[in-house]
Amino acid sequence: MNALKTYLLSGAVSLAAIGSAQAVEIEYWQYFFDARVTAMEQLIENFEAANPDITVNMTHFPYADYRTKVAAAIPAGEGPDVVQLFYGWLNDYVEAELIQPLPADTFDPARIDAEFFPMVQAMKDGDQYWALPTAVRSLALFYNERLFEEAGIESPPETLDELVEIAGQLTKRDGAGNITQVGITTGMNAQDHHWFREVLVRQMGGDPYENNYQTVNYNTDAGQAAAAFYTGLEAEHGVTAAGFMDEPQAAFKAGMAGMHIDGSFRIGALDKVRGLRWGVTELPANAEGMRSNYSSYWVNAITTKAEDERYDASVKFMEYVTSDEAMQIWLDVVGELPAKPSVGMTDANANHEVYGPFIRGLAYANTTIFANESAQRQVLMDMVQRVSIEDLPLTEALATAAEEEQVILDEYYAD
Amino acid sequence: MRLRQNLTIRQKHILWAWGLLALPVIFYVVIRFYPTGNAILLSFQNWNLLGDRTWAGAENYIKLWHDDVFWKVFRNTFVYLLLGTPISLVISFLIAFHLDRVRFMHGFIRMLYFLPFMTSAVAMAWVWRWFYQPVPVGIFNNILASFGIPQINFLNSTTNALPAVLAPAVWAGLGFQVIIFMAGLRAIPQSYYEAARIDGVSGFTILTQITIPLLKPTIIFITVFSSIGFLRIFDHVFNMTTNNPGGPLNSTKPLVLMIYDTAFNGFNMGYAAAQTVVLFTVLLCVSLLQLYLLRDR
Repeated sequence: MNALKTYLLSGAVSLAAIGSAQAVEIEYWQYFFDARVTAMEQLIENFEAANPDITVNMTHFPYADYRTKVAAAIPAGEGPDVVQLFYGWLNDYVEAELIQPLPADTFDPARIDAEFFPMVQAMKDGDQYWALPTAVRSLALFYNERLFEEAGIESPPETLDELVEIAGQLTKRDGAGNITQVGITTGMNAQDHHWFREVLVRQMGGDPYENNYQTVNYNTDAGQAAAAFYTGLEAEHGVTAAGFMDEPQAAFKAGMAGMHIDGSFRIGALDKVRGLRWGVTELPANAEGMRSNYSSYWVNAITTKAEDERYDASVKFMEYVTSDEAMQIWLDVVGELPAKPSVGMTDANANHEVYGPFIRGLAYANTTIFANESAQRQVLMDMVQRVSIEDLPLTEALATAAEEEQVILDEYYAD
Repeated sequence: MRLRQNLTIRQKHILWAWGLLALPVIFYVVIRFYPTGNAILLSFQNWNLLGDRTWAGAENYIKLWHDDVFWKVFRNTFVYLLLGTPISLVISFLIAFHLDRVRFMHGFIRMLYFLPFMTSAVAMAWVWRWFYQPVPVGIFNNILASFGIPQINFLNSTTNALPAVLAPAVWAGLGFQVIIFMAGLRAIPQSYYEAARIDGVSGFTILTQITIPLLKPTIIFITVFSSIGFLRIFDHVFNMTTNNPGGPLNSTKPLVLMIYDTAFNGFNMGYAAAQTVVLFTVLLCVSLLQLYLLRDR
């Protein structure tokens, strides 16, 4: 009896030992945004259920501290094994040796090229991917259904010409000629700098950058036409006023703007506005029917801290968070768009009343590779204000903008 | 224990004094001097917060010298100082001087002046930003429009924006300065005024010969204090121009905002540190100059 007990006990102990040898804990870091944390909790739960020997601990920080914390923790061997970062920061993270490339056997570049929306290829360097998104964001045209009905407009604009015409019908002015309702909001500070770069310039037949976004290329006829169209909305057609009601999305929320270009991340905020009836449609095409869009995204990557069994677990986790299932959960919980056509282009998603226009936009979206997004945005804001405030000719303002942006790019890529 | 007994009383006093001083000294060394030294060091390096710091020599300072935006921002910072300090000094003195004589609801009026000082600068800046908007949002332009007067571009103008941003900053600081001035006024012995009145001196002479000279320490304090405040102005500007920080076209951008932008949007920590060193030097010079000019002869 005693012998049997001892035998069983030792068996149990050794089993437990095996169990603990296999159990791996990995750390996942992201910045704090309520819906993202909820979605990630759900993903981790599903992942742990499928992989009982792996535990994922999620830590989140306020956005402002994120970069510093990550940078301090990883070299110290603390921090995350899998980390979330903005696509625009990838270069910095790679250069600082904070992240390692994804293994080509599990994340075959050829397969990823085929399976993900094309703009994700910005995360590829040579023949390996450094990071992959779960979800992506794109732009679309929001419109106020109530104002459309009031003005007797049946459907949102399909082309840029229709956009101008409809915006004209939606604009209201008081007796003194002051604008009291804009047909379309404008503001380079919001999403318009993306609209200009990746959409308007391309629609006018140009290519905003060359040499993998290291050379500015919008000081051309196409760029000139795009800038003329954009500034013409206010200067020529009078269907908008920059800074109207302080910021574009505020004017749209307040029901004082007929149309508004914004990202998919705005959906949640607009849903909460009582009494606002809005619809959304794809960004207008040019006269030839050509469309373009801008997409940005947050990616997940494996850090250089992850080694051995933690590395294997991290790869498994990366596989799961870039799976179709994870993308659908992310769409349902956060409202961010799936990064693969196999999830995005399902009938239910692509024809979804709200998400549909954004998802369809992904098929022809481009992703600007920024060196310093806020500084590059500032350049375009200054361009518009040089024309509107300082009365500089548009050609000069555009040339100055292109020069200034080139300086930013040159400095960044110099080292 | 033996060691302590061998000390003289004087030595024990010194030991005690240093013991008590150690805490603030350590605090200052760790919280102030070390980061200051580190920032100066960083200004000669390149660092993007992620990788290693690399030596850059004087590169950051040379870049600063050739940076048009920096000189624009440098000028703005001094415009804030040269407009803000005298205006707030004069207004707060006038208010304090007259408030000192008011008996009716004295406490209440004083509170009204002090209230903006206690209000969060962020909340105040946002409210003022809306005040300044064009119709249909902004109250100032709505009033103008209702009288048929053309709108004024307060913030969306390279000439009006800086004064428009400065106004609430001056207003917010008034309360504090008024209180300090009133304390200064109360500290002047009444006998001087009585003597002056017996001699039949005019009110203006009393003001220029008694009140203002005797307020000199107060004026020095407020001048230095508010100068430093205006040289470091940030929250009002950042929050009132949040859609285009320091804009339009950098016309309202102060040095601190440029530092913030370089460091936390551009992640160019070395360049930001070089700007910080310049700001530090400017603050030091201005403070020393003021102390020298206003010193007792």
